[in-house]
Amino acid sequence: MVATSLAVRERSRATTTRRRALGQRLQRPGAWFVLPAALLLAVFFTYPLASSLWQSFFATSGGVSTWVGLEQYARLFEDPLIGKSLANAGILLVIQVPLMIGLAVGLAYLLNQSWLRFRSGFRLLTFLPAVTTLVAYAVVFRVMLATDGGAVNQLLALAGVAPIDWLNDEWWARVALIAAITWRWTGYNMVIILAGLQSIPAELYEAARIDGAGRWQVFTRVVIPQLRPVLIFTTVTSTIGALQLFDENWILTEGGPNDATLTPVLYLYKVGFRQFDFGYASAIAWLLVVLTAIIAVIQFRLMREKP
Amino acid sequence: MSTTASVAAGMRRGILRAPVYVVLVIASVLAVVPFAWMAIASTHATSDLFGTPLPVLPGGELWVNLARLQESVDFSGVMLNSLVIAVIYTVFSSIVSIMCGYGLATYRFRGRGLLLGLVLVTMMIPMQVLLVPLFQMMASAGWIDTYQAVVLPFLANAFGIFLMRQGFLDFPVSLIEAARIDGANEFRTFYRIVLPVARPQIAALVIYTFISQWNAFIWPLLMLNTEDKYTVPVALNTMIGMSRVDYSGLMLGSLLATLPLMLLFLVFQKQFVSGLLGGAVKG
Repeated sequence: MVATSLAVRERSRATTTRRRALGQRLQRPGAWFVLPAALLLAVFFTYPLASSLWQSFFATSGGVSTWVGLEQYARLFEDPLIGKSLANAGILLVIQVPLMIGLAVGLAYLLNQSWLRFRSGFRLLTFLPAVTTLVAYAVVFRVMLATDGGAVNQLLALAGVAPIDWLNDEWWARVALIAAITWRWTGYNMVIILAGLQSIPAELYEAARIDGAGRWQVFTRVVIPQLRPVLIFTTVTSTIGALQLFDENWILTEGGPNDATLTPVLYLYKVGFRQFDFGYASAIAWLLVVLTAIIAVIQFRLMREKP
Repeated sequence: MSTTASVAAGMRRGILRAPVYVVLVIASVLAVVPFAWMAIASTHATSDLFGTPLPVLPGGELWVNLARLQESVDFSGVMLNSLVIAVIYTVFSSIVSIMCGYGLATYRFRGRGLLLGLVLVTMMIPMQVLLVPLFQMMASAGWIDTYQAVVLPFLANAFGIFLMRQGFLDFPVSLIEAARIDGANEFRTFYRIVLPVARPQIAALVIYTFISQWNAFIWPLLMLNTEDKYTVPVALNTMIGMSRVDYSGLMLGSLLATLPLMLLFLVFQKQFVSGLLGGAVKG
């Protein structure tokens, strides 16, 4: 075991050295290979990103732009809708992300049991939601969640529950959004976690069992720590996903009722392309850049730290 | 004696295992019910979708719904638009990703670190941050309501580039060296030796790229404003906003929007999953 891993490391070091030698001999072709991507990124990423920063220092009215310094950023702090959209994203982070990752870990763990029958069938079915077109599944949820005669309320009526005003009540709209996103993305995260589970060496389980660990202990002491990188990855991706959420809440509720499902990106869209307040929209954009950077730094720290 | 013991053990195991099956069956049912409802609803009249009891079996309105959907938003045209845009995007974006990924993985050159850093930053930063400046760029180029405006800004797909780079890092250098000793130039080596061997990764990339364009909503929504150019998500969005919403039509449209991805998934399951997960699993 140790010998093989040493041999593998030795081989990969040899490959790296050869790759480096290869690369040094040939500089120019490398530049040609990356040229299209580099140009596209410069024109359609770097330039607009800088332009967005520049525009966030201006206010536009009647087609005339005036330099306002940090005024647009000051507006961010006074704008209750910024507070509300961040709070909504926060609710998603605190409720939806743990719920979904928890479900995904649970499902993946069950699907990874060696004695399980119909394993590929179960995996196929639970992954299926990840195959739907984003707007299409949101449409289906919107129709199913209709207050009068919607499929969900009719099912609930069978259990004697009075109709719920899913999409027109602040908290029920959030519940609906959380349910929809969880439905769509649990299977996706489950497959990532399942791949992580399958890469845990069998010896670890055996060693734990020899040490007399019970099922639950194996799960908490072996499985979860081994899954750490995968769990960080899925959590961070879902967190960024919550900040960027647009398709689902746009189709389900357009961010309503009373901005209960407004997310920062949806707000940016409304400010930019309903009110055409490009300066303020750019400030919101840069708020998102900063928040994403903070999340990235946290991810980096967590990944580097040893458990 | 021993059989009784093993039967008892088997029963105990069965009792422990039964709940696992129950949980998995419930999860599968929850995952599938919205699909089933979408398919069933597509075959009924709108009034039946909200009547009691709800239809649980397919009805006979499929063709009527399809004809209405075709008449109201020209859905076959919309599907074709989506398909054309997704295919064009997939072809060009994949070429850019494959070349860049290969260049980053195989060669050293000035600016390589910078480019790699740029790719990583692009991956992290939400694309919506760029909406305003990209919109202005497309407007000043006079490209609003054109397909090049939908496709061009996102051709360099950072995730795709990263996926390819990770793939090519594992590519056997000896193969490249052998080709070079045989006197092949760099591009020939790439075309003749590298591409054929990397086919499985490229398949995953192509599927990932196609899905991301097929799903694209916010950017096409901003760029396209005549109905005969709409993509499927934009058309569905318009249907929701109509004064009298055609719910059966919406369900049928959603079903049709999902079908191509379903087909891709069922045919290319393995590549589909690795494409969707991308670098995630490899870390």
